[in-house]
Amino acid sequence: MHLILFIVFAGFCLAGAINLLLQTHPINSALSLVVVMCSLAVLYLLLGAEFLAAAQIIVYAGAIMVLFTFVVMLLNAGREERTLGSRAAKAVGFPAVVAILGVIATLILKAQGLGSATLSDPITSTEDLSRVLFHELLLPFEVTSVLILVAILGAVALARAGDGERRVSK
Amino acid sequence: MIPLSWYLLLSAALFCLGVIGFLIKRNLITVFMSIELMLNGVNLSFVTFAHQWHLVKGQIFVFFVMVVAAAEAAVGLAIIIAVFRARSTLAVDRIDLMKL
Repeated sequence: MHLILFIVFAGFCLAGAINLLLQTHPINSALSLVVVMCSLAVLYLLLGAEFLAAAQIIVYAGAIMVLFTFVVMLLNAGREERTLGSRAAKAVGFPAVVAILGVIATLILKAQGLGSATLSDPITSTEDLSRVLFHELLLPFEVTSVLILVAILGAVALARAGDGERRVSK
Repeated sequence: MIPLSWYLLLSAALFCLGVIGFLIKRNLITVFMSIELMLNGVNLSFVTFAHQWHLVKGQIFVFFVMVVAAAEAAVGLAIIIAVFRARSTLAVDRIDLMKL
């Protein structure tokens, strides 16, 4: 059962990621990224991380990807064109990345003592997670709230029409 | 029952696909999406190792990565909107000057 679920959703994951690269229109890439994130949520559930599976759906597939599709539609982004730069990046980038993947894969396959995952493994409950998060890691948690605040202010300040632009138009 | 190395291989594959997308895509938004793909690949390996050693902190790190990714997406997309307003293009080849 675990094997079937893993193969199906890992397949979805890889297919979505490859489709992201093959599509030329950004909205199609965004939608295939949603597929990747939703199937990753299922893989998190298989690994017993139920809170992260929910957060993955809500934060990534929900909030972040809605932001992406919204910006794609707002800017009316068209198809991308192939240029000299992209051909050079393909010629040099593909072998380099395949080499990196080969190195990482051999490291993983050579690693000793990696366990295995079954469906009967204990699930990390949200209670365990919050116990650590709000006792030991309370300060980092609060600092992230400041980070979010700064990000909101920065996004608003960057995205609205700047004062300089308005002065020029006058 | 499947070995955890399969999960690690999947996460490495996702990360490398993200790197390829970052290199070959020529649209600013798609390049940004490839970065999200890389973050997701790394998150999967964090969750896998949290499962391997039965530690909660690996999952909490993923939680923090998600928070930072959300903040990064908000700021990054705002920058993309500002760039588009100044240059009226999203092609990364044409956005090659810092000055406006």
